[in-house]
Amino acid sequence: MEVYLDNSATTACFTEAAQLMHRILCEDYGNPSSLHHKGVEAEAYLRYADETFAKLLKVNEKEIFFTSGGTESDNIAVIGAAMANHRSGRHVITTRIEHPAVLQPMAYLEDQGFEVTYLSVNREGRISLDELADAIRPDTILVSVMHTNNEIGSIQPIAEAGALIKRKNPGTLFHVDAVQGFGKVRLYPKKMQVDMLSASAHKIHGPKGVGLLYLREGAKVSPVMYGGGQQRGLRSGTENLPGIAGFAKAAEMVYENLEQDVERVYALRERLTDAVKSIPDVIINGCPAREGAAHIVSASFRGVRSEVLLHALEERGIYVSAGSACAAHKPQPSATLKAVGVEKELLQSTIRFSLSAFTTREEIDYTCQNLEEIVPKLRRYTRH
Amino acid sequence: MEDSKYKSFLIKYAEIGVKGKNRYLFEEALVKQIKYALKKVEGEFAVRRTDGRIYVDALSDFDFEETAGSLQKVFGISGICPVVHVEDEGFEKLCEDVVRYIGDVYPDRDKTFKVAARRARKNYPLDSMQLNVELGGVILDAYPEMRVDVHQPDILLHVEIRDKIYLYSEIIPGPGGMPVGTGGKAMLLLSGGIDSPVAGWMIAKRGVKIDAVYFHAPPYTSERAKQKVVDLAKKVADYAGPVWLHVVNFTDIQLYIYDKCPHDELTIIMRRYMMRIAEHIAQETECLGLITGESIGQVASQTMASLAATNEVCTMPVYRPLIGFDKMEIVDIAEKIDSYETSILPYEDCCTIFVAKHPVTKPNLNIIKRHEQNLQEGIDELVEKALSTKEVIVVQA
Repeated sequence: MEVYLDNSATTACFTEAAQLMHRILCEDYGNPSSLHHKGVEAEAYLRYADETFAKLLKVNEKEIFFTSGGTESDNIAVIGAAMANHRSGRHVITTRIEHPAVLQPMAYLEDQGFEVTYLSVNREGRISLDELADAIRPDTILVSVMHTNNEIGSIQPIAEAGALIKRKNPGTLFHVDAVQGFGKVRLYPKKMQVDMLSASAHKIHGPKGVGLLYLREGAKVSPVMYGGGQQRGLRSGTENLPGIAGFAKAAEMVYENLEQDVERVYALRERLTDAVKSIPDVIINGCPAREGAAHIVSASFRGVRSEVLLHALEERGIYVSAGSACAAHKPQPSATLKAVGVEKELLQSTIRFSLSAFTTREEIDYTCQNLEEIVPKLRRYTRH
Repeated sequence: MEDSKYKSFLIKYAEIGVKGKNRYLFEEALVKQIKYALKKVEGEFAVRRTDGRIYVDALSDFDFEETAGSLQKVFGISGICPVVHVEDEGFEKLCEDVVRYIGDVYPDRDKTFKVAARRARKNYPLDSMQLNVELGGVILDAYPEMRVDVHQPDILLHVEIRDKIYLYSEIIPGPGGMPVGTGGKAMLLLSGGIDSPVAGWMIAKRGVKIDAVYFHAPPYTSERAKQKVVDLAKKVADYAGPVWLHVVNFTDIQLYIYDKCPHDELTIIMRRYMMRIAEHIAQETECLGLITGESIGQVASQTMASLAATNEVCTMPVYRPLIGFDKMEIVDIAEKIDSYETSILPYEDCCTIFVAKHPVTKPNLNIIKRHEQNLQEGIDELVEKALSTKEVIVVQA
């Protein structure tokens, strides 16, 4: 049995999205900038994608920009906003548990002389609104807070943060990295007073190499790439049309039965956490049930090295992640796990299970049964 | 591909020359290795032996850097001379060609030189001495800044009169050593660290064909750790031709030792079983020895006492070419053969996963042997199983 529980790393692409992409790659392959029929035909796909996302996010079509993925969206949002607004101030706020696609641009801004405040999180992985309120200053030009954490699934109070930011400093831009939240909950940036929002296709059963940035009309952001002036000059380069259309198709599909799917995934999550908790000396990290994401379970298994457990599960056809996939090739302990106060000894003993709407009850049962079998066995053999 | 001015390479070899009656065996092995190395180079080449020399002729356009780079990885080659071919259209023309050659190859002409002519075709109107003198004069006329030095010239220009006329003067250094295949075959214990690929490379340099054995321990070691070892085997294969890599699943043996023996002796006992298994495979594959990357005192399992304890299980000679090397010296070679970057990738290998905090550094052989008695019941079966389930990967250059 193959059980794929690494959906926060990437997901299987919907067949419908892949088929659409195939057609665009091989038949309707025009460049949307071309004046002839092929170009017009291609542009229609772009319009379809704009409309789809505008509708899903309840925003204007002009406010949707397509990028090469979550990392690029985050980079444009953070660096682009800082560059465009540095005359109003050089202070930026973010959290300690952001994805590297936000944290590394922040480090770059620090090199450029910006001041960055990093908000702490509590044991459940949530920021404090009071701390945020205290951090906002007249020269704060940007706040970037992720929606759903990729490692522990905690969800931030985005709407409350949005209201707070705009009350304290209406000029401050608010960016939300929603790579793990888009497609899992309904997100309305305008209602949450979010100025910029990043999302990625391959986390929601779309193709790799495409993402989007919602940018509120009127919000000032500089491009980080220059070229032919496509996408209103913010993101030059011939549009990745197959990717963009595939992304739109996937988004349509995940939002079709969202509430039922999420309900089902929550039930599976509970089954999994119950089973994991029944193994002695296991700690579930992040928010308690229903307050965190339905699709992410982070668990620390005392006395077991996460990589070994990962490979042992792999031998049974179960694919999970140690920490987060992006971090698996650099074996430093995760900053997120440290920030939520996971004890040092457990940092290298933490596994992330990430589910999708495709995950079945049978797969979760199989996983639970294997965990119960493998963990005690691995605990017998340790370093002395 | 550039249109190189060079049309062939004269291959110089050092030690083969002194091998007397076996010389042809060495030359054949060298030709074979050269052909193998050129297989992955773009372009068509012929390798031929004439007059006790080996030439690589380019039959098509080729990339000079790529071709010379491949030849620099063939053991047995001491030097590679890029040769310019010119048609024999009379001595006047030859003089022009020689002047143009010097002009092309040496932009800076503040140098001493000597002409060394040779006639493979004796019907050429001038003899070697006359050619040396005449061509030397022509060069001096064309480039007054150059001077003749017959004892230690900066440039030794060879002019060989054959069906065509060959001009060469540059020597690109080769790796030296002996052609792989002339020295038999040995089994390298390849771990994924820095040392073992270097050890393999050093023995290969002496003409020994290399096979390798890798012990992996899933789920304690990962698929990527195995891929890393395959990549390291390729670094050796780049010099030594195809490497047969035997991948042995060591998990059950390791866990069994863990269950039955004191933990501070785990590494030593484990290594003794690795040597036993490696020797078994080596015998089956007609290897004449084992190779390890051990160096005295580097880690607990490489003290003199530990080496004695692991060595004791083998009857086959165990070659340890790095035995007297410091880590930095090993790293230097690893960088030279381009294995270092791969070696330092952070994947755990099976030697370290259960390593005790304080492993024994002076194992007592009698005590080790006594503790190995604890394994009597099940170990043979486990070794049998490890051998019968081993995977063989042929790693090409």
